Amino acid sequence: MDPYCLKKLNIERQARRAALLLTDLGDGRDRVIREGDPVAGQLGEVIAKAFLSGQSGVAAVDGRSFFLNVHLPPPRLVVIGAVHISQALAPMARLAGYDMEIIDPRTAFATPDRFPDVRLLAEWPQDALKARPLDAYTAVAVVTHDPKIDDYALEQALRAGCFYIGALGSRKTHAKRVERLQALGLDEQSIAAIHAPIGLDIGAASPAEIAVAVLAEVIKAFRARRLRTAQTLEKTA
Amino acid sequence: MTQQSTSEHDPLLVAERWMSGGRDVAIATVIETWGSAPRPVGSHLVIDEKGNFEGSVSGGCVEGSVIAEAMDVITTGEPRLLEFGVADETAWQVGLSCGGRIKVYVERLG
Repeated sequence: MDPYCLKKLNIERQARRAALLLTDLGDGRDRVIREGDPVAGQLGEVIAKAFLSGQSGVAAVDGRSFFLNVHLPPPRLVVIGAVHISQALAPMARLAGYDMEIIDPRTAFATPDRFPDVRLLAEWPQDALKARPLDAYTAVAVVTHDPKIDDYALEQALRAGCFYIGALGSRKTHAKRVERLQALGLDEQSIAAIHAPIGLDIGAASPAEIAVAVLAEVIKAFRARRLRTAQTLEKTA
Repeated sequence: MTQQSTSEHDPLLVAERWMSGGRDVAIATVIETWGSAPRPVGSHLVIDEKGNFEGSVSGGCVEGSVIAEAMDVITTGEPRLLEFGVADETAWQVGLSCGGRIKVYVERLG
């Protein structure tokens, strides 16, 4: 492996950007390709497919054998609100392989006692998200009901193209939220990406059941990501 | 799954650190699997010239053999393609007891 390729690949991985190491198994030469980099021909098609599926593997192109090692960032779940639902969601998200963090500036809610095993930031989303920005491989669930806390995170999530955005609240609450987001300059079509009311409709009643519904919706969005990405590719093609 | 433990044991970050520290490094990668392979395609084991290693390609079944081959690869600079299959009586040391088959690509860094 070319040391320069290794460095480049590690930079991409640590920046949470999707990248692929392409190795020619015939001569051992390799190169790093970032998601969205143009690659012509049949090799380009194979690479685009690998990014969509996230599956690494060997491919034969033009009589040559290549190995494609796809590195997708691990999915992250950012929850705005250190509430009862978040308490139930934290252990479930960890089991499902999600790197979860909770942000809530209300120090009465955000206490380590209530959230022993999860990254907890007792800060405003304005500050916490500056240090660890949202990205396309992050899911965001806002559950405080308080526009002062929720709205900024929602706006950032929409602008960052998070693969999942959910917001707790009734349809009436959400209608008001949509108006506020429009006032911030977001268009109706992008605002429609917000899942509200939050969670798959499983008739959830208790906080733990709502947490199941939210996590299921997050997983569904992540697994459907390839379809959404494919549609975007078609549109831009 | 904290940031710290990820970067501490992440084979590709370890390989870069070792390289920066002046060590000779080989990288082994699972490139194909058949049947019930213990580690998925894309998994890495990194090895230095003294046989220190980080990561895994099989969960322990064939690592010893891969490390020995990797030290040769570090010397010669020629990449190798290794294949490991179902363990039988005689090949117990380097077989996969789970019954799978894996192909491992071993190359020198630099």
